Amino acid sequence: MSVSDVLIIGGGLHGCSAALHLTMRGASVTLVEKDYAGRHASGVNAGGVRRLGRHLAEVPLSVASMELWHRIEDLVDDDCGFESHGQIKLAESEADLDACRRRSAELRAAGFDHEEVIGEKELRELVPAAAPHVVGGLISRADGAALPFRTVQAFRNKARKLGARIIEGTAVDDVRRERAAFAARLADGRTLRAPVLVNAAGAWGGRIAARFGETVPVDVVAPMLMITERRAPFLKPVVGATSRTLSFKQFSNGTVLIGGGYLGHADPDTNRTVLDYARLGQNARTVRELFPAMRDAQVVRAWAGIEARTADGIPVIGPSATEEGLFHSFGYSLHGFQLGPVCGAILAELVSTGRTNLPIAPFSVERFRTARTA
Amino acid sequence: MTPLGHVGELAGTYDLVVIGAGPAGMAAATLAAEGGASTLLVDENAAPGGQIYRGIGATPLQRRELLGEDYWKGEALTKAFAASKAAYFPRASVWQLSPDLELGISSGGRTAVVQARRVVMATGAMERPFPVKGWTLPGVMTAGAAQILLKTSGLAADGKVVLAGSGPLLWLIAAQYLESGKRFEAILDTTPGSNWAGALADLPRFLASPYLAKGLRLMAKVRRKARVLTGVTALEALGSGRLSGVRYTRGGKTREIEADHLFLHQGVVPNINMASASGCELDFDPRQLAWKPKLDEWGRTSVAGISVAGDGAEIAGAEAAAERGRIAGLDALAALGRISAAERDRRAGPVRAVLSRYDRGRAFLDRLYQPAQHFRVAGDDTLACRCEEVTGGQIRDAVKALNITGPNQLKSFLRCGMGPCQGRLCGLTVSETIAEARCVSAETVGYYRLRAPVKPITLAELATLEKSESDVRTVARG
Repeated sequence: MSVSDVLIIGGGLHGCSAALHLTMRGASVTLVEKDYAGRHASGVNAGGVRRLGRHLAEVPLSVASMELWHRIEDLVDDDCGFESHGQIKLAESEADLDACRRRSAELRAAGFDHEEVIGEKELRELVPAAAPHVVGGLISRADGAALPFRTVQAFRNKARKLGARIIEGTAVDDVRRERAAFAARLADGRTLRAPVLVNAAGAWGGRIAARFGETVPVDVVAPMLMITERRAPFLKPVVGATSRTLSFKQFSNGTVLIGGGYLGHADPDTNRTVLDYARLGQNARTVRELFPAMRDAQVVRAWAGIEARTADGIPVIGPSATEEGLFHSFGYSLHGFQLGPVCGAILAELVSTGRTNLPIAPFSVERFRTARTA
Repeated sequence: MTPLGHVGELAGTYDLVVIGAGPAGMAAATLAAEGGASTLLVDENAAPGGQIYRGIGATPLQRRELLGEDYWKGEALTKAFAASKAAYFPRASVWQLSPDLELGISSGGRTAVVQARRVVMATGAMERPFPVKGWTLPGVMTAGAAQILLKTSGLAADGKVVLAGSGPLLWLIAAQYLESGKRFEAILDTTPGSNWAGALADLPRFLASPYLAKGLRLMAKVRRKARVLTGVTALEALGSGRLSGVRYTRGGKTREIEADHLFLHQGVVPNINMASASGCELDFDPRQLAWKPKLDEWGRTSVAGISVAGDGAEIAGAEAAAERGRIAGLDALAALGRISAAERDRRAGPVRAVLSRYDRGRAFLDRLYQPAQHFRVAGDDTLACRCEEVTGGQIRDAVKALNITGPNQLKSFLRCGMGPCQGRLCGLTVSETIAEARCVSAETVGYYRLRAPVKPITLAELATLEKSESDVRTVARG
């Protein structure tokens, strides 16, 4: 038997970040990961560090997280490959530009000014390779991108350095409440106990919640990504589109990452994903139309991660509604990477003090209970 | 057979799709098509034959003896295949095979997706990497590449040529090269003398195998015409900007010879790129020192509906490959309901009998020609991953400093295996280098999780895939 203050299930960015922030607050932490840290969604996503275009409920968290990203090296002793050249959504028509203007105004009304509309002239300066029909866009200048797996490793390593115990390659077979503590039986026969349990199990988070009677409607999905061979440098910012789905970015080594949330198929029981080539074909057509120079680019790899997408597309963050001492942080619905640094801090605050200054009410697990009984 | 020239001519569904038109692929496709299964054979080359029978029917080398009598054994297979009802799609590449048997096939800048009920992968072997210092210099190539030039174009290297390495194929290539009127400055044989001790136990079976006489003849022929230096224990390609010579150690003495071309070879290993990317489980074979798909006696992989035949399953040579192609073909017919299991078993009997003859000498050859560890693992200053220029020393440092357990974790730190080849060429070197640094087996270290596309495809090609209704189900990204 092994006892710590907090037991975290899941070694993705959110689990590792929670472990880091909790150890910084002096808690003894054990984190269990069935594979290795960053094996799934956290380690294989597009690495977008993006406030641009987020759900309004997430904007305060995203803005706070961005402050952490801009001093990420102070936090985890590694720059995580974070580069900030802005994120832009291309507008392909006047209607698109109008949508950009409405979004910017909406955000301003909510008290945020990081999204700005830019016209064709500035767009061409920033994204000279964009197709001729592009007329402008929406920009968030201090956004950027980082290297996902390296980021997770940095959080994991720093948490471990500060005393967190990290167990990888061992699944949790069973977890339940036993009197004052949670008891997790591991696949290798060990039992871990802690008065506080953090559910950061990503695509498997819904299963953990269900063990405590909380049914969260989550789809297990496999967003696909492609990467091309090296190309001559042509693009600094991360680029998306206003009326289509795209995530497009060139790394400093010349390779180009193409995503957009097109889904393959996931099997959470075997860790396997299967790509859907018809959808990748659609993704490729979008790139061809917005960046004609990419026509002859060779795709060297296509892959998909396993993620959880909730019914309303935003995560579950906060205390359980049924079990005291249980906290959820999962269901990030394909856009959790940028939130990693701050959500770990939020979890640590919740565990240590019972509250947080950031507005997390929209992410309460109870929203699904209300929806069911309504 | 019915040749196809364009992806537009593909049917949407086939009973059986065979990948690769070497001996295993041709045999499997011929047998399945004769059994009434709608069969498609896809191959990258312009004509059937694979590597071993490459260019058969099209080679410009008209003197039959030049390529050896074994080469012409391919003729019977090719003729039987030509007479069959299989659809044959040359100059086409399969860039992906999914676990639900969907194949992405490209040709002439267009691509299509085909659904198979069964798949036989006959993707053959690839040369084992031979990471020695200077192996990326222009002028250094694999012996297999030199052989391809000879078979398809009748081209042989001008200037001073050195051949170095070990294994049966090395002798065959040497013989073919000498037969075409070319010469070698030297053949540097790196077969470790200490291998004999382990191989001797398998010698009696080898003596009864069809390989013995053939091998001895071949070696005698080569020795008559070329200077063969055995017991070479160290090797380095010299030159700045291009190969100028080869440094080697033999009997404790180090010497140099001038060379314009160095052909390297230390055996072949199963080409598992597609099997791995399709989700087939792999095993590490400690005798052949290579990864191979986990298979049952019919060649079935761990993925339902996908079988592997030929050298892609395990190195056993061209004749054995054809027999294993037949076994996979029979099993496919049974799985498709074209023949009963009893008929499959009955017809497989004689095939297995022939196959066991070819298996007889294999253990001896495998043990004798096991390359030395220092020729499989990259040295500190030797490139392991050529695409991203990562050395053996960098891998060892990363393993120690970052506590890296296997090739997949290494990617994020060194970009090892992240370049254009995606680890498909360097995978074995990287696995074994990590294993050596960690003092564990390659099996423990594991292999790259390989991804599609397994063959190059451009965005423009991918964009030619027809849009389906499911495409529209998209979501925001992170």
